[in-house]
Amino acid sequence: MVTLNLLIGVCLVYVAGLFLVAFLAERAALRGRGGWLLRSPLVYTLSLSIYCTAWTFYGAVGYAARSGLEYVTIYLGPSLVMIGWWWVLRRLVRIGRAQRVTSVADLISARYGKSNLLAVMVTIMAVVGVTPYIALQLQSVTLSVSIFASHEAGSGQEAQIADNAAFWVAAGLALFTVLFGTRNLNANERHHGVVIAVAVEAVVKLVALLAVGVFVVWGLSGGVSQTLERIDTSQIATWHTGGGRWTALIILSAAALVCLPRMFQVMVVENDDERHLQIASWAFPLYLMAMSLFVVPIAVVGLELMPAGTNPDLYVLTVPLSQGQNGLAMLAFLGGFSSATSMVIVATLALSTMMSNHIVMPLWLKLGETGAQQSGDVRDVVIRARRLSILLIISLGYLYYRASGGSGALAAIGLVSFGGVAQFLPALLGGIFWRGATRIGAVAGLSVGFVIWLYTMLLPSFGPDAALSAAVFDHGLLGVGLLRPEALFGITGLDPVVHAVWWSLSLNTLFFFVVSIFSFPTPLERLQGAQYVNVFDHSSGPARGWSASEGGAEDLMIMSQRILGATEAQAFFVAHALQQGRVGAPPVPTPEFVQALERELAASVGAATANAMIGQIIGGQAISVEDLMAVADESAQILEYSSQLETKSRQLTETARELSRANEKLTQLSLQKDNFLSQISHELRTPMTSIRSFSEILRDVDELRSAEKTRYASIIHSEAIRLTRLLDDLLDLSVLENGEVSLNARQVNLRVVIDQAVTTAQASSSRQIEIKRKLRAEEVDLFTDSDRLAQVFINLVTNAIKYCDASNPVLTIAVRQQEEDLIVAFIDNGSGIPPDAQSVIFEKFARLGRGEGEGAGLGLAICREIITRLGGEIRYVQKESGGSFEVRLVRTTPQVGAQRLLPA
Amino acid sequence: MPEGRLFLERRSYRLRRIMDALRMLPFLGALLWIVVPAMWPNGDDGAVPIALSTALWYVFSVWLLAITASFALWRKTRDRIDADAARSAD
Repeated sequence: MVTLNLLIGVCLVYVAGLFLVAFLAERAALRGRGGWLLRSPLVYTLSLSIYCTAWTFYGAVGYAARSGLEYVTIYLGPSLVMIGWWWVLRRLVRIGRAQRVTSVADLISARYGKSNLLAVMVTIMAVVGVTPYIALQLQSVTLSVSIFASHEAGSGQEAQIADNAAFWVAAGLALFTVLFGTRNLNANERHHGVVIAVAVEAVVKLVALLAVGVFVVWGLSGGVSQTLERIDTSQIATWHTGGGRWTALIILSAAALVCLPRMFQVMVVENDDERHLQIASWAFPLYLMAMSLFVVPIAVVGLELMPAGTNPDLYVLTVPLSQGQNGLAMLAFLGGFSSATSMVIVATLALSTMMSNHIVMPLWLKLGETGAQQSGDVRDVVIRARRLSILLIISLGYLYYRASGGSGALAAIGLVSFGGVAQFLPALLGGIFWRGATRIGAVAGLSVGFVIWLYTMLLPSFGPDAALSAAVFDHGLLGVGLLRPEALFGITGLDPVVHAVWWSLSLNTLFFFVVSIFSFPTPLERLQGAQYVNVFDHSSGPARGWSASEGGAEDLMIMSQRILGATEAQAFFVAHALQQGRVGAPPVPTPEFVQALERELAASVGAATANAMIGQIIGGQAISVEDLMAVADESAQILEYSSQLETKSRQLTETARELSRANEKLTQLSLQKDNFLSQISHELRTPMTSIRSFSEILRDVDELRSAEKTRYASIIHSEAIRLTRLLDDLLDLSVLENGEVSLNARQVNLRVVIDQAVTTAQASSSRQIEIKRKLRAEEVDLFTDSDRLAQVFINLVTNAIKYCDASNPVLTIAVRQQEEDLIVAFIDNGSGIPPDAQSVIFEKFARLGRGEGEGAGLGLAICREIITRLGGEIRYVQKESGGSFEVRLVRTTPQVGAQRLLPA
Repeated sequence: MPEGRLFLERRSYRLRRIMDALRMLPFLGALLWIVVPAMWPNGDDGAVPIALSTALWYVFSVWLLAITASFALWRKTRDRIDADAARSAD
């Protein structure tokens, strides 16, 4: 017979062993050893087994005894999620690591713009949903203790012993969680002690259940086939689960695996390596299968062997006890104890993190007069808040247990709890897959789902006339028949679980979706949304968000020291300063740095709090205008990008066109130069030839009359003059181009200059041209070099006389004023200059083909040089009536004019 | 060398199809675990309900198959999944 004292002794030894294991693991981790075990996929998978609580350990058998195979849904849902890890869990784990998420509330709040409202909502919902579950664990422990107690003591003492057991178990769990759960502040760092203890407990509960199973199948039934025969002749021989209930339960348990705070804690927060998840994808379903393998045989044998009225939830214990297998019963008790304690530890840890980060810290920040900037260590506050939260949550569980009086089958309470946390699912999945999900949508969906869950699942679970009066059950809230808690909208006949799950999740999703569609997210939400949904694209991408001034570094340092601890904070700052290339100086609070710091702080106090604390110090806008612009719309970004491309390609086209134009010009110039060279050699040769011929005649022919001599000599003379003029022109141009010309600027009258030019040009030309002038317009005083200007005008008038191809040539000299400038236009009535020649006429050596070889093509080039020197401009304009040369001159005071004339 | 490249392409092609299988596996599991049992006669409509031992065999056989398939896929894809996941996301 197992005495109660022996049981307590074994329990104490077991607990002491757990403390020792946890302590050793913490110490090994602190010294950087044992990583092969602490960070192994095996430990990761085993730690996931906190999914299997006392509910599954004891309750599954009871469940099977009542409803046959239905219990297995609780394992099938998680198995499906794990096998489909690629879809959801991979994403969650990556986001959890990238954003340094501390809890499921943190994940949801951070996704929706680091909203503290959402964090508080999720935290409260989690506490409300999980507290019954914690109570359930205490209840299972006391139930199991009472089994042993009933063998020993009188029936009167059982309740007393059980109550004591519940209290001491709660106290012991609180102590363990405080000791190993709050050792380090950074919730993102692994709690090695807790995890390793949970892994050990996972092995114990699996071994215990398998041992009982093996004993039942081979020890009591005599083998597998006999066991199956027993099943077929038992009370639960047939399948009688409704399809709707079957489906709803699988969906519910699948949702719970993702949403339960404790599962999130071990799966995402404590995850060390994403590859572990891949291994868990088959290892964890294997564990679940092993856990559920012997449930039906134990239930069937229990139903057969145990007297009617025995609680089927405790068959795992009572069947071995009834067969005198005390050792096995003790092992089974330890298995159940392990299941209960590991669940309570991790659930409390997860909830206390949420509570201290999202409720206590924000309140403290708000109540504290100087907020985050006051001196003193915030770490104490955070750790104290977390410890207080642990005590509070375990107390809540204990009080719930006392208040509910341990009523109800274990499975029912577990399902209620699952239904509560499953309400996170729409906001969670929407947040990681859909960028359109908004904070208001999440708030709406969560609120609606939570209220419906309360009304249709939690409150009715206490039974009629407990939380809800029987009248409400029968006639609906306030007598409205459509609001009956188990038949909403008048739909009766549904299984209560199916009913509650269906209405709460579907309306939750509907409100989440519709409100999201009709609301508009804040910039921070959109940033976070993009980071979550595209986590695989830029999980290590550039951080954005804060725009800080240099002065903030000191304050940030002070605050960080108080949260991270002085050494860690300094190490962090030094590392970032080095990254920025600064030695011995604090890092510049660039947006990247502040973002990294925020993540680091978020790992300790949660995203919303970290955001608020940094916001207090930076005090500024969390997002700069550029960031806003950048994320305002991807389409805007794409548009911007494509328009940039367009601009660039336009610029390229433009450049290419200019290049080809320049190339064309160059080719033309080179051609002209060639032409000119042959031209100038021709020009030089013609006079040279006649000079040589006539000088030879003068030298060799004796009988020359004096008249002939004179004629030949004057030909030689005029040819020499022509050569000189050509050389003069070249020299003139060369001087002008090299800027060696000296200008003789003075006050001159434009009419006088034009008069001089026209007279000179007409005198030197044999052709006649009619010249039209408006003398009054020409009465303008200029400050310029009149000789050079006259030279230009002479050239232009001469050109008109020479090249105007009209039968009755007319040259109009028009003067007009345009602002400060004076424009003198020489317009003839000829056919003008062909377009292809227009671009080169001002170049040197440019000659139009029709020339009679009079000039060398230097006149206009010289004109342009002169006018440029005079601070003006000359250009050719093709008019309908003919060609027009326009000379733009500056008409200013002598002083300004002198300045504008380019230096000689 | 063309042979070598052909070999590599076949390998990455195979890996992508394995990734497809990995993604489809939970849906196959859901079909076998949710849809099939939900359609079993449960005695409500007068039909003879299915025996619990048969249901037990079925559920656990599917379970074993799913675990085996998941394990096999893990063996094929480990170490390469991170590198390939981004590219084969479509």
